[in-house]
Amino acid sequence: MPKVLFVLPDGTRTVVDARGGDSVMVTATQNGVSGIVAECGGNASCATCHVWVRDDFVALFDPPGDMEEDLLDLAVSERRAGSRLSCQITVTDEHDGLTVDVPPEQP
Amino acid sequence: MSGTLVIGAGHAGVQLAVALREGGDTAPVTLVGGEPHPPYQRPPLSKGYLAGAVDADRLALRAPSFYADRDIDLVTGERVTDLADGRAVTDRGREIPFGRLALAVGTGVRRLDVPGSDLDGVHHLRDRADADRLRAGLGSAHRIVVVGGGFIGLEVAAHCAAQGRSVTVVEAADRLMGRAVAPAVSTFYRDTHERRGVRVVLGGTVAALGGEHARVRAVVLGDGRELPADLVLVGIGCDPRTGIAERLGLDCPGGIPVDRAARTALPGVVAAGDCTLQPHPTVPGAGPVRVESVQNAVHQAKVAAATLTGGTPPPHETPWFWSDQHDLKLQIAGLAHEADEVVVRGDPATERFAALHYRAGRLQAVDAVNSPADFLVVRRALTRGIALPAEVARRSDRPLKELVGT
Repeated sequence: MPKVLFVLPDGTRTVVDARGGDSVMVTATQNGVSGIVAECGGNASCATCHVWVRDDFVALFDPPGDMEEDLLDLAVSERRAGSRLSCQITVTDEHDGLTVDVPPEQP
Repeated sequence: MSGTLVIGAGHAGVQLAVALREGGDTAPVTLVGGEPHPPYQRPPLSKGYLAGAVDADRLALRAPSFYADRDIDLVTGERVTDLADGRAVTDRGREIPFGRLALAVGTGVRRLDVPGSDLDGVHHLRDRADADRLRAGLGSAHRIVVVGGGFIGLEVAAHCAAQGRSVTVVEAADRLMGRAVAPAVSTFYRDTHERRGVRVVLGGTVAALGGEHARVRAVVLGDGRELPADLVLVGIGCDPRTGIAERLGLDCPGGIPVDRAARTALPGVVAAGDCTLQPHPTVPGAGPVRVESVQNAVHQAKVAAATLTGGTPPPHETPWFWSDQHDLKLQIAGLAHEADEVVVRGDPATERFAALHYRAGRLQAVDAVNSPADFLVVRRALTRGIALPAEVARRSDRPLKELVGT
């Protein structure tokens, strides 16, 4: 099981064992990682699952699609190079150790 | 103090229990859900779950271990049948003491009241068992009739059409999704469904369902027309489950009445989610409304938890809704109330446009089709009270986000 490390705004670190094939969002919400709201349940509709993917891991994911681009552009409080909607990125074994920062606020 | 009993383990109930813990409440929390499965997300039932793209594990709202980890006592497959004097009893005879009560009981699916509505092959879609039955029933069915042109019916119709089945939608009103979107959006959806192979009958009432050997074979319309059917999905809405609230002595005219703090008329009793009748969230002076959405369930649950614990309620949110039909993403922000003007931005023929609802020059809501940017701009403008006059919104040559200077 690939491990995903969530770093909360206050510096708290939560490590979750992800099921391969799950999105980073499902991994977070099912395990109660606070700060990832995911109101729409992973539909690229609400942008409330925004995370900052750490630099080392950004290139391991396909780039955002049009919908995600629009949402990132408009919805998130601070867009960075590693900004992603966590519902749109899937964890596989190659992502073991994936580290994402959870922003202080979701739209 | 013997803790909080949360009745109903849908989006609202789960969020309420979680919010109590996040708010620092250490008293016992018991979360009771009538379905056998651990709490799950409902929206995918008519979308990814129906299509097989989302499996049951991914439907779960939280991992199985989550509840015990948070010291939330999750009881599934039992319904509270009676409660009095700080003690609830379930249909399995379990007694649960409580000091505070949260009603997150949701809604029950509305059924057709016509001859033949109990035939085999007549389906509804509200919970996971319904979805499993529908998936199984669709196996060999070719001719599908959907009764009701709202979100659920149209999502299922789109799914069935994509699988190459013959689909007819029968809607009693003169347009699709009439309660939810602007007339121009209804027209667009009718045309688009028809282009993708779904037949749409507007103004169609159902007089009876005809069958053979206890199986549905046809839908008989009020004008005598008969639509052959191997499977019928009835999607004509839901009614709030008010039984328990009424047993507590609450008057429930179409929902469990709550105030803006999610309080019922009884001390120590809050309610949240689809079952509530709440003051209109955006239009002062409009009558109370029932808001059926995940956003409302989650938000009201947080408010209710703050009320119970004396914590700070979350800031105001703009209600929002979504529906996926074919490759069209419909996102609605705000609640239109007696709108007197609709500004359509973009060309519906491109399948990418937005309809902004106004009343007396004031923006109320947006229906955005494949236009998440416009959806978000309006949602943010409504939440923050940023003006977006109709004459500004009409300037289709510039993106909405530039027009409001966000």
